[in-house]
Amino acid sequence: MTDTTIKVDMLARVEGEGAFKVVVREGKIVGTEFRIFEPPRFFEAFLRGRDHSEAPDITARICGICPVAYQMSSVQAMEMALGVEVSQPIKNLRRLLYCGEWIESHILHAAMLHAPDFLGYASAIDMANDGHADAVKLALDYKKIGNSIVTLVGGREIHPINVKVGGWWKAPKKRDMMKLREDLLRALDMADAFVDFTAALPFPDKERDYTMVCIEEPNGRYPMYEGTRLISNRGMDIPATAFNDHFDEHHVKQSNALQGRMKAGGAYLTGPLPRYNLAYDKLSERAKAAAERSGLGREVKNPYRSIVVRAVESLFAVEEAIRLIEDYEEFDPAAMEITPRAGTGMGASEAPRGMLFHQYTLEEDGSIAKAQIVPPTAQNQPSIEEDLAELIADELDRPHDEIQWLCEQTIRNYDPCISCATHFLDLTIDRG
Amino acid sequence: MTGRPRLAVWKFSSCDGCQLSLLDCEDEVLAVAGAIEIAYFPEATRREDDGGHYDISFVEGSVTTPHEAEAIKDIRARSTTVITLGACATSGGIQALKNGASTKDFIDAVYAHPEFIDTLDTATPISDHVKVDFELRGCPISKTHLIELIAATLAGRAPQTPAHATCIECKMAGHVCVMVAEGKPCLGPVTHAGCGALCPGYARGCYGCFGPKETPNTAALSARLAENGADRRQIRRLYSTYNTNAPAFREEAKAHD
Ligand code: SF4
Repeated sequence: MTDTTIKVDMLARVEGEGAFKVVVREGKIVGTEFRIFEPPRFFEAFLRGRDHSEAPDITARICGICPVAYQMSSVQAMEMALGVEVSQPIKNLRRLLYCGEWIESHILHAAMLHAPDFLGYASAIDMANDGHADAVKLALDYKKIGNSIVTLVGGREIHPINVKVGGWWKAPKKRDMMKLREDLLRALDMADAFVDFTAALPFPDKERDYTMVCIEEPNGRYPMYEGTRLISNRGMDIPATAFNDHFDEHHVKQSNALQGRMKAGGAYLTGPLPRYNLAYDKLSERAKAAAERSGLGREVKNPYRSIVVRAVESLFAVEEAIRLIEDYEEFDPAAMEITPRAGTGMGASEAPRGMLFHQYTLEEDGSIAKAQIVPPTAQNQPSIEEDLAELIADELDRPHDEIQWLCEQTIRNYDPCISCATHFLDLTIDRG
Repeated sequence: MTGRPRLAVWKFSSCDGCQLSLLDCEDEVLAVAGAIEIAYFPEATRREDDGGHYDISFVEGSVTTPHEAEAIKDIRARSTTVITLGACATSGGIQALKNGASTKDFIDAVYAHPEFIDTLDTATPISDHVKVDFELRGCPISKTHLIELIAATLAGRAPQTPAHATCIECKMAGHVCVMVAEGKPCLGPVTHAGCGALCPGYARGCYGCFGPKETPNTAALSARLAENGADRRQIRRLYSTYNTNAPAFREEAKAHD
């Protein structure tokens, strides 16, 4: 079988709809295609003419899995456009909300969507029914604690209602926060156990030398909420406001997504691996210890180990949430005063699956004149296609369904969010 | 239904938030998976659509492409009960903001090669295309509603999801009225119950994500909003979000063009 096509018309266990195709000629991969056919929903278009205050709620609806990321990048962009500097307590509460989304989204992906790939099941439910019930129950309990952070701070777990340009609608009660702290303290052991669960999975022994990009925070914190700079493992270090000078989006045929590339050269990777590799020192001691115990090392280039990195980042998020809650004091007013004005602003934050960039131009009255949203999966799409070509190349002698399985597993390394990227997946291996 | 009912979860144009609610029922998801055969749910399992019949089809998302307009008919033909999940499937969703705008203009605003894009001029609810047996409101749906719906379906009874106003839930929750006390615009009087009056509990006005209640008096509310200082554009925007295509909200927005 030297000429073939491996193809999947509807990739499962991802958020949204996509397909992929690998074309093999004379035993060599000559083309890979990762296609997003999630229908376009035109957010950038209908944001025009809306009020700046509506952006966090409207853009949240791009993605039910990471609405907090959309809210965080959009409020920061709006605040820059409006010339408002929010207070540290406002920022800290936003970081806490983000910790909740990281836990919820990372554990959903790692346990429910990705782990079945490593263990050979169609779904987490099949995993639970076949001897892995404890692991699945652990993950569900753990995920729920992420949800309860988002619910308390944001009002509800999907499309939180408490985030506002300028701050918050209402600061939560310290008393309620301290109850949440109890749950989080219980979650610490779950978090360690979950790292150990992921570390024990069988990993394909493959590495790639990625260009890795993530945000950098001003206070030396692990990259999450406040991306004032963008850095890479190739020495890039630019203000986030210069994003459009260094990155490009391309519209390719058969995709309802725009693909991100670096002007200086090609595909790059955003997400847990870049954050871990570029900001390892900023992890907590307990997260570093868990990473070491898992054999991750100081540098991770094996994309399949991203599942362990997600587990380590989730442990970090639990600890960070505890710290933020302990330092928390109720504040009033909950938001800064906003005076509409014309301006342009950018916001870059780290969605669980990678960097999310927003830019808005506002009219005099605070209405949106122009909106640009660059989601992580669109940025990762070229890298996904390169992975399919490089990581699968020496596996072509295996049976079709094994290759297909490996391709799917490879794509899920990215925790791709197709709803976001619609601007995703269906495997075709075309062998002629 | 004999044996475990077969469930399929279908996605149309949406954010995945409503189907995620199913996975967010952490305490119930394994029990549900025991009582129902989750036969097709691509977000959660690799199992493919076997082309067979489903007892229950959950549909998330609205119809925005020619392909979706065809697919929903096939799903209806293969399902005993079709239930829509959330504002997208029930009224068209936020993407229905494109209805009435120029699609070409919209494509041009987002994509460099409009010729690659295949989309309809409108985002429409599932019920515009096929018969729907039950609709769950919300953007996103309420987990409580979802669990009630599943329990009711298994028991063969009608789900209890009250159609009164969010305003009533707000009074029951004992919140101070944000419109009376603080003059904040609030859609609570005209919005379908279901969230437990979440926003007023966080000191903000309801923004209508559950869509219009039965027989809403939108004109009276708009007059009140205007008295509180909202201009026509603000009122129009207020009705034009996640249920912009629900008739009562659409008409009221139009009245403020
Ligand atoms: S109704 Fe709202 S939460 Fe549900 S799929 Fe549509 S946009 Fe997402």
